[in-house]
Amino acid sequence: MRITNLLEIKSVTCTKQERCLFESLSFFLGAGEILQIEGPNGAGKTSLLRIIAGFARPDEGEIFFDTKPISQYYDEFAAQLLFIGHKSGVNGQLSAYENVCHWLQVHGYKVDEQAYELLSKLGLVGLEDAPVRTLSAGQQRRVALVRLWLNDAKLWVLDEPFTALDKKGVILLQGQFAKHLAKGGSILLTTHQDLTTHFDALKTLVLEYQF
Amino acid sequence: MMNHSYWQLFISVYKKDVTLAFRQRSEIVNPLLFFLIVITLFPLAIGPEPALLTRMAPGIIWVAALLSTMLGLDKLFRDDFNDGSLEQLIASPYPLPLSVLAKVLAHWTTTGLPMVLMAPVFALLMNLEAQALSATVLTLLIGTPLLSFIGAIGAGLTVGLQKGGILMSLLVLPLYIPVLIFATSAIDTSSMSLAYGGQLAILGAMLAIACVCAPIAISSALKVSVN
Amino acid sequence: MWKWLHPYAKAERAYQLCNTLLPYFAVITLVCLVIGWVWGLAYAPADYQQKDSYRIIFIHVPSAILSMGAYSSMAIAAIIALVWQIRNAELAVISIAPVGAAMTAIALLTGAAWGKPMWGAWWVWDARLTSELILLFLYFGVLSLYHAFEDKKSAGRAACILAVVGVINLPIIHFSVEWWNTLHQGSTITKFDTSAIDPSMLWPLLINIVAFAGFVGLVTLIRLKNEIIQHEKHRPWVRELVGRGE
Repeated sequence: MRITNLLEIKSVTCTKQERCLFESLSFFLGAGEILQIEGPNGAGKTSLLRIIAGFARPDEGEIFFDTKPISQYYDEFAAQLLFIGHKSGVNGQLSAYENVCHWLQVHGYKVDEQAYELLSKLGLVGLEDAPVRTLSAGQQRRVALVRLWLNDAKLWVLDEPFTALDKKGVILLQGQFAKHLAKGGSILLTTHQDLTTHFDALKTLVLEYQF
Repeated sequence: MMNHSYWQLFISVYKKDVTLAFRQRSEIVNPLLFFLIVITLFPLAIGPEPALLTRMAPGIIWVAALLSTMLGLDKLFRDDFNDGSLEQLIASPYPLPLSVLAKVLAHWTTTGLPMVLMAPVFALLMNLEAQALSATVLTLLIGTPLLSFIGAIGAGLTVGLQKGGILMSLLVLPLYIPVLIFATSAIDTSSMSLAYGGQLAILGAMLAIACVCAPIAISSALKVSVN
Repeated sequence: MWKWLHPYAKAERAYQLCNTLLPYFAVITLVCLVIGWVWGLAYAPADYQQKDSYRIIFIHVPSAILSMGAYSSMAIAAIIALVWQIRNAELAVISIAPVGAAMTAIALLTGAAWGKPMWGAWWVWDARLTSELILLFLYFGVLSLYHAFEDKKSAGRAACILAVVGVINLPIIHFSVEWWNTLHQGSTITKFDTSAIDPSMLWPLLINIVAFAGFVGLVTLIRLKNEIIQHEKHRPWVRELVGRGE
């Protein structure tokens, strides 16, 4: 079966502070595929993800989603994108539940009781209404990762999703990855750890540190 | 369905910022106290003669209003920038100017509106006549949202910088000059018992333009800052 | 967004264009400046009221006109940079800004020097002076915003946005200051009417305006060349250029 290309990165170049991070980088990501981007610190993993998510513009090249350039069809792309960056977009003053509700509303999803149940599923029982800043780093990360259960985006772009998570959390997360891939979604992630679960459609991209 | 979602986004962003401001009440109270202290400084510096104060009141009240608006502006996008919420707003399928509009209105609700409500007190402190009092309230009512809109452009441009605060004042204060001129002139005119509808109309026109244009400018500024 | 496939969007072509234009601007500036200053400062008749002190007009008026001209060209470049996303236009914005700021400063200083003997004060809150001062603030805003960013790509775009916001505000500021001035001061200052000027003074003035315009263009081109080289220094064409020692 031919996998349709959901995301196409076409000869993308990025320079930061006079240093070329990557030059003429091209790759595809099909539906149901997961791509792990590896590389040492400073190799440009985060920069690449931010370019793909449309926050930064590449010096050269273009990103296509469903064959449409994202710079021109950003709103359509954004509707199919779930981005969780290094900064996870969780407000420390608000409670976990308020954070999830706000995120759902901003992204046009309906708020229902499911959000509350999910927080307990992710091990935040009894902490739903505490200000997030009082939670531990791993718990804060979980508040951000609840979004993975609450969206119908086709493309997930995740920057170091496993940071601060315990082993159980990592397994839980990978289970959700598998479900997303089974539904025909795609995942693009950076991580320093290897994935513990086996994915058939796993591709890896190694970015080298360039001087 | 879609209209409903736009509204949902707007309300959600607005509610979040207002809730946050009410949880840390100092955000609302501090600019007001600052306003009050600045106004207290003037009689101490120039002398307490009532006639002199009446003459200078419009200018003093408005300069104090400009400065206290600036206080809250730096925080307008700073927290959202630091925790990544800004990225989430950009990656939302809805237009960014709409969320920005909600944020600016929330900023006005928490800093501008209290100033409008407190304006009679300030006017009394500065020995302003009754007819000038209503002009003060009206100019602040139309003028402070304008300050929030223009200031948010500067805040959006400097949010990515480590020390953006002073730079932002440098960018924004020259743009505040027309507001200052027309607002103080309206109060001046009213204290001479003349009609000041013209000045208010110009302020209103500027507010209408800012409502439409500023969110677009702020959005593109934020996209540059997030980069 | 529709991309304008103009050849000068390419850095190398823009650099070559700068090189082609430079000599013309240099010649115009030099010739007009020499003619304008010698004619204006030495040969034009003295004013019957202001005697010789009016001669500062040959510096003051051109620099005041060019301060606004430079701002408009900067704003146009900024709009081009933002709408068509052309990097060279961003560089042009940054190249013009300090030149425009210098022109504004010259206009303010010569204005003050002229004001002292004429009005008896270095500074009066005249509408034009005030507008000019605010214009200087706007230039400073663009410059300091650009220099505050470490990443020069973001810096360029931020400066462009501010320049566009400034140019939308400039007429409003100018109008409000003018209105404020008439409200507060009345016409204590006699307006300098350019149309009533004698042709023997007008010609050197016009030549000086052309000279200043040429000067602004010349310095901008030199700065633009530098900026392009700075930004493209890792590109092969720049390496080749540097290797040739040009």
